[in-house]
Amino acid sequence: MSGVRVVVGTRKGAFILTSDGKRSRWDVSGPHFAGWEIYHVKGSPADPDRLYASQSSGWFGQVIQRSCDGGKTWETPGGGATKTPDGMPAGESNKFVYDTSPQTGKPLTTHQWYDGTQHPWEFKRVWHLEPSLTDPDTVYAGVEDAGLFRTSDGGTTWQELAGLRGHGTGPKWQPGAGGMCLHTVLLDPSDPARIYVAISAAGAFRSDDGGKTWKPINRGLRSQYIPDPTAEVGHCVHRIALNPSRPKVLFMQKHWDVMRSDDGGDSWREVSGNLPTDFGFVIDVHAHEPETVYVVPIKSDSEHYPPDGKLRVYRSRKGGNEWEALTKGLPQRDCYVNVLRDAMCVDTLEPGGVYFGTTGGQVYASADGGDSWAPIVRDLPAVLSVEVQALP
Amino acid sequence: MIRVVLPPHLRTLARVPGEVTLELPGKGPLTRAAVLDALEARYPMLRGTIRDHITAQRRPFLRLFACAQDLTHEPADAPLPDAVASGEEPFLVIGAIAGG
Repeated sequence: MSGVRVVVGTRKGAFILTSDGKRSRWDVSGPHFAGWEIYHVKGSPADPDRLYASQSSGWFGQVIQRSCDGGKTWETPGGGATKTPDGMPAGESNKFVYDTSPQTGKPLTTHQWYDGTQHPWEFKRVWHLEPSLTDPDTVYAGVEDAGLFRTSDGGTTWQELAGLRGHGTGPKWQPGAGGMCLHTVLLDPSDPARIYVAISAAGAFRSDDGGKTWKPINRGLRSQYIPDPTAEVGHCVHRIALNPSRPKVLFMQKHWDVMRSDDGGDSWREVSGNLPTDFGFVIDVHAHEPETVYVVPIKSDSEHYPPDGKLRVYRSRKGGNEWEALTKGLPQRDCYVNVLRDAMCVDTLEPGGVYFGTTGGQVYASADGGDSWAPIVRDLPAVLSVEVQALP
Repeated sequence: MIRVVLPPHLRTLARVPGEVTLELPGKGPLTRAAVLDALEARYPMLRGTIRDHITAQRRPFLRLFACAQDLTHEPADAPLPDAVASGEEPFLVIGAIAGG
């Protein structure tokens, strides 16, 4: 590996941070798409120079951007001179329309609204872009209101995988405080047909047939105030992570509780152990050590900052339950930032690196598995997402 | 030829430095719908950013002005002022003052 590229989405643009394998000196490029909210940027595992970005604004809606040169230049796929067969400009790349066709879509159902009434699905934005592990032109998009879309033409057109929204529990889904968003998409490297997604506040779901059919996988989750403690949906899952070498082992940061599954989500058990608080948003697994897990505990669901003003990453080397605080290089007083659900990632270099971004605009990096940290940048807009690529 | 002024973010998205000029076929009175149709045909990346892909409804935080008049709530098929049709005055797409 010659280096790494960290791609950062913020409230006011995207930034690209690059370094060599030592990960101590960084170049910063950006802002890209200045002034727009960039919920997520992610590179293709099959082609490191292919990046996709979700660009949105309350004024102008959703735009998808694509780069074929590692983020130096960007384009709106299909936004140029591409013509459809009838001669009209394509311009479909920003078009996310729920599938209501009788052949493949369910009737556009409703979901539960804040007041308990039913409410129609309304597209708002793309929260998460998950490029295929093998094809640079195929990408999954998790959107708000919760749904899963896929492109197989490099982002030019998007089709809903309507079996998720329509599988049966949709009317019971309800928005979390951040909206009813599908924020996590995990692709199983050992089984191309297996996809995991997570939705706030509905829970986790799995497809074993490439996204055609879905089932909830929330057995073992316990959520305060849900009347039925065994409810199959209604859980506010914040993030799920896996290590590619053991894709059936999942780790989850739920609203409250850090959870673990050893059977692809069929059952979950709590592994919060000695964490100072088990509320939080991010969770990730070391790239080479499948039992090494990272979380950033947040004080509570009503106080979204670290306990005691100390920014601490917690690491378990035993797959949960036993956690150690990682503090070297992180502020240990007067720190009241949050770390949002897509704002942590790990790299595949040796030794494995860990990165996270804060709502205070800092992006921290550790090149030694979390033992020590240093800020790459300190004063970006609030960070929404952080992803890393190892460059050949 | 008609002239259209876009808000800065949409100029960046469409990669145009300033005012946009459009040639529209001269059948019947010029309407807002015809202007936006022509704009989106010329700049497909703007589809969905000014009006909804499916319903063609204006996005809530955008306002439409011409000749010092707020045309935001005029019907999409209402005739635009003659000065817009002649190119004397631009058609303005403006981002509402909201948010941070």
